[in-house]
Amino acid sequence: MPELTQMTLSEVRKALLDKTVSAAEVTDAALSRIDATEPKVRALLSLQAEEAQAQAKALDASGPDATKPLWGVPLVVKDVLATKGVPTTCGSKILENFRPVYDATAVARLKDAGAILLGKANMDEFAMGSTTENSAYFATKNPWDLERVPGGSSGGSGATVATGQCYGALGTDTGGSIRLPASFCGIVGLKPSYGRVSRFGMVAYGSSLDQIGPMTRSVEDAARLLQVIAGHDERDSTCVNVPVPDYVAALSEKTDLKGLTIGLPAEYWDKGLAPEVAEACATAIKTAEALGAKTVPVALKLSQYAIATYYIIAVAEASSNLARFDGVRYGHRTKAPENLLDMYVKSRSEGFGDEVQRRIILGTYVLSSGYYDAYYHKAAQVRRLIRQDFEAALSQCDVLAGPVCPTTAFKVGEMTSDPLQMYLMDIFTISTNLAGLPGMSLPVGLGRESGMPVGLQLTGRAFGEAALLQTAQVLEKNVCATGSPTL
Amino acid sequence: MSISPEEVAKVARLARLDLSQDTIGQYAAQLDGILDYMDKLSELDTSSVEPMYTPVDQVSVMRDDVVKKDYARADILKNAPETDGAFFIVPRIV
Repeated sequence: MPELTQMTLSEVRKALLDKTVSAAEVTDAALSRIDATEPKVRALLSLQAEEAQAQAKALDASGPDATKPLWGVPLVVKDVLATKGVPTTCGSKILENFRPVYDATAVARLKDAGAILLGKANMDEFAMGSTTENSAYFATKNPWDLERVPGGSSGGSGATVATGQCYGALGTDTGGSIRLPASFCGIVGLKPSYGRVSRFGMVAYGSSLDQIGPMTRSVEDAARLLQVIAGHDERDSTCVNVPVPDYVAALSEKTDLKGLTIGLPAEYWDKGLAPEVAEACATAIKTAEALGAKTVPVALKLSQYAIATYYIIAVAEASSNLARFDGVRYGHRTKAPENLLDMYVKSRSEGFGDEVQRRIILGTYVLSSGYYDAYYHKAAQVRRLIRQDFEAALSQCDVLAGPVCPTTAFKVGEMTSDPLQMYLMDIFTISTNLAGLPGMSLPVGLGRESGMPVGLQLTGRAFGEAALLQTAQVLEKNVCATGSPTL
Repeated sequence: MSISPEEVAKVARLARLDLSQDTIGQYAAQLDGILDYMDKLSELDTSSVEPMYTPVDQVSVMRDDVVKKDYARADILKNAPETDGAFFIVPRIV
């Protein structure tokens, strides 16, 4: 048996049900790992150690329950998801003392499935960032190399899973915020199709782009977490009532890739890739071909417009969503305001960080009278063209494959000075959110130069998560293993 | 299109944000670069394209109009910066 904290979610679940280990032992092992590694990695904004231990004890007292898919499994959730009675800060000072009165639907479903929630993961403030340096509290480090960033905005979720502090985490993805940290931290990350997972209780950034998804150490683990959180919820009208397939069962259907056609978008492979990223991803594609997959070149001609489109729509929606922070019902309120307007202005200006304020300004600008047509309306039109681009490409193949990011994890501080430069890191991931399609990051080895993990991105048809998971699992078993960081 | 410091100040007022003069200048320069990049979209002819605001094409979802009481007032008020035990309190308006 591997060391307890290095086991996958699927392995530890089996050990728990077989009574090889108790929920208390698994929880204590995770908490010890957190104690030993957290001073260096800083993945967690809050830890609910006592509650977790009490819950584990209660679970052990009643005994394993195989009908609960996550019975006794310790997990972490990103601090953008509401957790009843437990701090939910979104990485922002404006929500420093906020304790929700309800659980997000995804969190409630984890709890119903028997999971133990250990803590809340660090993130870029309101999910705005690609490095987790933009948290108002502290920066999370990459467990593979503490001088590098874990990616973002779900960098705390990525780092905690890669470090072995827990068996899986929930992240959220508006433009790549699950896939990028998964890629940088060498784990599996899945952004579901828009409408697959309820967003109820997720603090909104870009409501037409946001999705909650699993971040795990194996593809099977991702399938198990998605199984629990996916499905209709009457509390989110955008969460579609489409049947949820049995993702775990789907995994055992395939042992090779015969009959699968993989589309390789020229725009994702052509230029600007770090040689080590191109090499690792190309090797994975060769492996797929050796396993029977057919590859075809496809075009996503509008890729060059995706970042501009995305940042107009995302900031517009953000400026509207963040208008609710007014110092009245929850969150920070300035001391001794002169009047109501002064209270709004000072509470918001003191509570929001720099990048959040920049995006609110930009979002308000593109929605303002005189600029709405040129920016927001135009971007919404281009968004439809981008979706059509994807539909055409996916009519020629079953999944699309390319790198998650042009580089491996970069050094701390490297991207903080120029906001536009940071936005450009999302080049391969944001189109998926604009089109509402599922996207996945699969580790495909370490970069030859940096020694840091490389992620291959698989993109599928809307609600085609099962096909993505099947493809990823066959590849996972056949590409050279990425391993885990030594920390 | 370019954005002037005066426009940044105006938008900040609309967004209920109080920016220092330094920040206004800094944002104007940064947003100028970002908007310049976004102007790339004007290369595309979209005159006949229906805008897409969400990936999910569904009409508004209706439910029965039934009163539900999910949360207790006292719990909701716990997160408020100032209350009188029954209501949120804000600075005097009139």
